[in-house]
Amino acid sequence: MTPICGWAGSMPSRLVKGVERIGHRVIDALWRLGVASRFFVLILLHSGSSFRRIHLVIKELFSTGVLSLIIILVSGLFVGMVLGMQGYDTLQRYGSEEALGVMVALSLVRELGPVVAALLFASRAGSAITAEIGLMKATEQLSAMEMMAVNPIARVVAPRFWAGVISMPLLAAMFSAMGVFGGYLVGVKLIGVDEGSFWSQMQSAVDFHQDILNGIIKSFVFGVAVTAIALFEGYDAPPTAEGVSGATTRTVVTSSLAILALDFMLTAFMFRGEG
Amino acid sequence: MFSDNLVEFQNVSFAYGKRPILKGINMTVPRGKVVAIMGGSGCGKTTLLRLIGGQIRPSTGTVVVDEQKVHELDADGLYHMRRRMGMLFQFGALFTDMSVYDNVAFQMREHTDMPESVINDLVLMKLHAVGLRGARDLMPSELSGGMARRVALARAVALDPMLIMYDEPFAGLDPISLGVIGNLIRRLNDALGATSIVVTHDVHESLEIVDYVYFVSDGVIVAHGTPDEMRASDKPFVHQFVHGEEDGPVPFHYPANAYDADLRLGGQHA
Repeated sequence: MTPICGWAGSMPSRLVKGVERIGHRVIDALWRLGVASRFFVLILLHSGSSFRRIHLVIKELFSTGVLSLIIILVSGLFVGMVLGMQGYDTLQRYGSEEALGVMVALSLVRELGPVVAALLFASRAGSAITAEIGLMKATEQLSAMEMMAVNPIARVVAPRFWAGVISMPLLAAMFSAMGVFGGYLVGVKLIGVDEGSFWSQMQSAVDFHQDILNGIIKSFVFGVAVTAIALFEGYDAPPTAEGVSGATTRTVVTSSLAILALDFMLTAFMFRGEG
Repeated sequence: MFSDNLVEFQNVSFAYGKRPILKGINMTVPRGKVVAIMGGSGCGKTTLLRLIGGQIRPSTGTVVVDEQKVHELDADGLYHMRRRMGMLFQFGALFTDMSVYDNVAFQMREHTDMPESVINDLVLMKLHAVGLRGARDLMPSELSGGMARRVALARAVALDPMLIMYDEPFAGLDPISLGVIGNLIRRLNDALGATSIVVTHDVHESLEIVDYVYFVSDGVIVAHGTPDEMRASDKPFVHQFVHGEEDGPVPFHYPANAYDADLRLGGQHA
């Protein structure tokens, strides 16, 4: 009797605690979202100086864009080669292996180029941005800047943001181009698909506005999302070794999920009337 | 005692959330002097510097710098005031992606339209003053702790500030670097006609170079006076601090239950 009464008596308080815990987490998440939104608005407001002093953006373009080139190009080549193989295997069952060029190009330009390049960008450049900003905060470099009457958001954050936003569509385009080349190598040079059909069908089926421009818009949106997340996580990181490492992990996880969710929404919006 | 004060704290209190850090601080820093704020770790010394720089606002009371209430300034006013302040952070806080030269030139490039040739001369003069003109091309990762502190000092005085703040300038330095930094603080203050505030717990080095000392403990000022007055003070806290005694008003033991009870002596566990 007693244990049952005790168990029953503790039920409401356990329920209340559970609801409280969920409530706290929701409030924390909303609070963080609010802080992140405010941070994003501040970046936009302080972007003017980045364009007036374009050398700051160019310097960051090197570390976010140029240093990401190797991983993007090599990955693009391999993804294209796999697409060539898999695509040929499927298409030849229906006797339409000449359409391999179309399949490879559309897959890359519409989806794989922007998405995979953005995922790689988040892992390579996003994590580096978070770690750099987090360490600058932990070693009081951002405080020192503030005390020198220099706004760290204008001097440090905004140039990195625009460098990321500019880099991302260019990297995605290079990923797609390298992927098409990989598909060509496997499909035409290795398997022996007709070269003329490969290129001419691709040329006639890929539409500039519908496919290429939409792909560029996607990669631009991913660039904004990944760079903003990476910068916020770094700026918001607790100033300890553990805090910076946790923020770096969160950048990769949150960016990857954001890329995939945004991709779904953008695809639904861009290609909804097709077919 | 002093008539013309650059910095004044009037009944200033500050708390992080519900945790009080400063409780009713009254303090003045006269123009042209080097003033030390001393106290144990975590007593609120650095918080005082953050209040002067406007990085945080007091819960109650007023902080006046050069006849302006810092906590009432808007962002532009605050940045304008900070241009006339220099701050040396505990471990230098040098920008790790810039060379020694670029660190010192940073503020000149950000806040002035001086041509690069003039900036070059000024940077070399500042580096010469701290003895590191030859290290201009080194990166911060290539400097020893003492050298990094000296570069940070050159950077803090880059625009000839009216007020220079030092946050633990002696922490982690070898005896030679300690003496060098101490002398530089005094020499630069006098050469620039500036006012300096040194937050430190290094008693012997700072008593040699400062004009006046405030002792802070548990968020309140427990003693103040000239270095000679502090050396001769018989106040228990000052005596313990100046002579480095293990036990006193600042207890050796963190508050705990009675020792016997913790060890369960007296037959309770038999």
